[in-house]
Amino acid sequence: MTATETTRVMMVREAINDALDRALASDDKVVLLGEDIADPGGGVYGITKGLSTKYGLDRVRPTPISEQAIVGAAIGAAVAGYRPVAEIMIMDFFGVCLDQVANHAAKLRYMSGGQTTVPLTIRCSAGAAMSLGAQHSQMLEAWLVHTPGLKVCIPSNSADAKGMLTTCIFDDDPCVFVEQVMGYFNGSECPEGEHRVPIGEAAIRREGDAITLVSYGRQMNDVLTAADQLAADGIDAEVIDLRWLQPLDTATILASVRKTGRLAILHEAVKRGGVGAEIAAVVAEEAFDSLRAPVVRIAGKNTPVPYARELEAAFLPTVGDLVAAARALVS
Amino acid sequence: MADDATLDPAVHRGLYRTMSLIKQCDDRFRTMLSSGQIFIVYYSPRGQEAISAGVGAHLRPDDSVVTTYRGLHDHLAKGVDLRGLWAEFLGKSTGLCKGKGGPMHITSPSDGLMVTTGIVGAGLPIANGFAMAAQLDGSDAVTVVNFGDGASNIGAFHEAVNLAAIWKLPVVFVCHNNLYAEHTAFEAGTAGGSVAGRASAYGIAGQRVDGNDPVEVYLAAQEAVRRARAGEGPTIVECMTYRFHGHVVGDAMEYQPPDERAAAMAADPVDRYRARLVTDATLTEAELADIDSTIAAEIDDAVEFAQSSPAPDLSELYTDVYAEGVAP
Ligand SMILES: Cc1ncc(C[n+]2csc(CCOP(=O)(O)OP(=O)(O)O)c2C)c(N)n1
Ligand SMILES: [Mg+2]
Repeated sequence: MTATETTRVMMVREAINDALDRALASDDKVVLLGEDIADPGGGVYGITKGLSTKYGLDRVRPTPISEQAIVGAAIGAAVAGYRPVAEIMIMDFFGVCLDQVANHAAKLRYMSGGQTTVPLTIRCSAGAAMSLGAQHSQMLEAWLVHTPGLKVCIPSNSADAKGMLTTCIFDDDPCVFVEQVMGYFNGSECPEGEHRVPIGEAAIRREGDAITLVSYGRQMNDVLTAADQLAADGIDAEVIDLRWLQPLDTATILASVRKTGRLAILHEAVKRGGVGAEIAAVVAEEAFDSLRAPVVRIAGKNTPVPYARELEAAFLPTVGDLVAAARALVS
Repeated sequence: MADDATLDPAVHRGLYRTMSLIKQCDDRFRTMLSSGQIFIVYYSPRGQEAISAGVGAHLRPDDSVVTTYRGLHDHLAKGVDLRGLWAEFLGKSTGLCKGKGGPMHITSPSDGLMVTTGIVGAGLPIANGFAMAAQLDGSDAVTVVNFGDGASNIGAFHEAVNLAAIWKLPVVFVCHNNLYAEHTAFEAGTAGGSVAGRASAYGIAGQRVDGNDPVEVYLAAQEAVRRARAGEGPTIVECMTYRFHGHVVGDAMEYQPPDERAAAMAADPVDRYRARLVTDATLTEAELADIDSTIAAEIDDAVEFAQSSPAPDLSELYTDVYAEGVAP
């Protein structure tokens, strides 16, 4: 961490606003584009509130509902030397601009033999738990991780939200920064000054030697709750917050699994083809001999996200699922 | 037909030079393909030379160009290095993109050739970004984006033209209307009968010109580029033309009436312009022959360079995926 001394409690949404504010203040090349991002609303979740008033509509640019045009303009400006931050209102809408993201942002550097680069950040809100149904609730990080050239991250707390977003903005590659709506109002200590989180570094949130629990994003709170419950049973879990899904900190995961011999992965995204599958495969390839039990994935069910509260809750992974799975692995 | 006398002879010389370069490069690629000397998938721009020449004549190195898989004419008109271009087409280490992009992804930022894409219509939104950057920079640089008639039916076209219009971006949308999108005839796939006509829906300037006449294209592009440089917003220039060699070289062209193609080839824009320059005494036969032979020698050199260059080192597979410090 490159934190300054002073911290204060911020909600994740404030930390994101603070990161954008500081980036706009420190570098003229930072520009924001997205639907409804200007004041007075500052976006549908108020994340960019105040910024268009402070920096003007040239730099905080509200756009029509044109995701391809938003991402395309951000790509061109990025190649031309700007550091655009494009907002895709909800992650599900990557479906209408995936060509720009996957065929262009991700590949222009490679296809040009390194002559051009795309220092673009795409922010998006994401995730279930608000009964928004199948088209406004998805976690689609696996789509992005599967595309070489992109960097992908999901913060779990305010300090990381601020530090990781700042890192994304000043990184020379296209980065996708995913903001789970259910995490926006979580408060935690956040550095007040300049703060960056190094690319590709996971954080060990709790040390232990009985089992490794890997997760990311707002589910980290669930995983830490599960770890507390396991500790009460005398099971000392090591808890890893991945933070970056690409580049993935395989060294930290492997070192932990070599110590504990057991691994449970939890994420909100559907289980099939998810990030957990990649982690399980890496561990099978690199640390098979250390495993004392099968790898377990606790994840969103392999269904669209349903509407009814009861069904939505049944879709999501829970603390109870993780605790039960961990107990079974250790016993 | 435009009045040639309105233009300075030096302009005619430049236009002809570019057209001859495109024609001769294309001829060479196709000759080498049919004789088995090279094996590449090749989208010939033959027949469309006048468009790139007429537009390119107005562009400075700091102006940006975005184009497509059928982009050789645009690459050459933007002045990219001939050796690097040929080496890239042949997938060599000395290519503009180190052999990693290929013909569909030619990039040469030092010449302002910023993006070549293989995805139909995808260049338009990105071109807006270059134009937005120039607008924010306070520069009068413009961006030209080239695309086909078929591309005017994809959503990205409409999103991009709308955004360029409301932001008054310094961009020129150049449609190379060669009457076909792969096997689909223009009228069969395009409602309204005109791409330029769609400009009025977005409240911007749109003009359809004879894309086989370099002077007409030159004059239309002059106004569109002036408009963009002056901050007066985007223009759609629709250039009517014909592709001589199908969608991709090897295309059986069964969907094209043979007479239609024969007529277009009989009115070859390069030959016609050349003849006109002699008839009008703008340039002499000897001067034109000199231009042609100088270009032929440049192409000989580029072909020789490309063929004798080594393939990329296999380590290149893993470089340039990310900026420094991150393994793929
Ligand atoms: C999004 C997308 N859809 C389909 C294709 C396959 N495709 C390549 S070129 C082409 C025809 C495009 O026609 P037009 O825009 O008129 O350009 P032209 O080839 O005539 O220059 C098609 C359908 C593609 N490359 N991208
Ligand atoms: Mg066409």
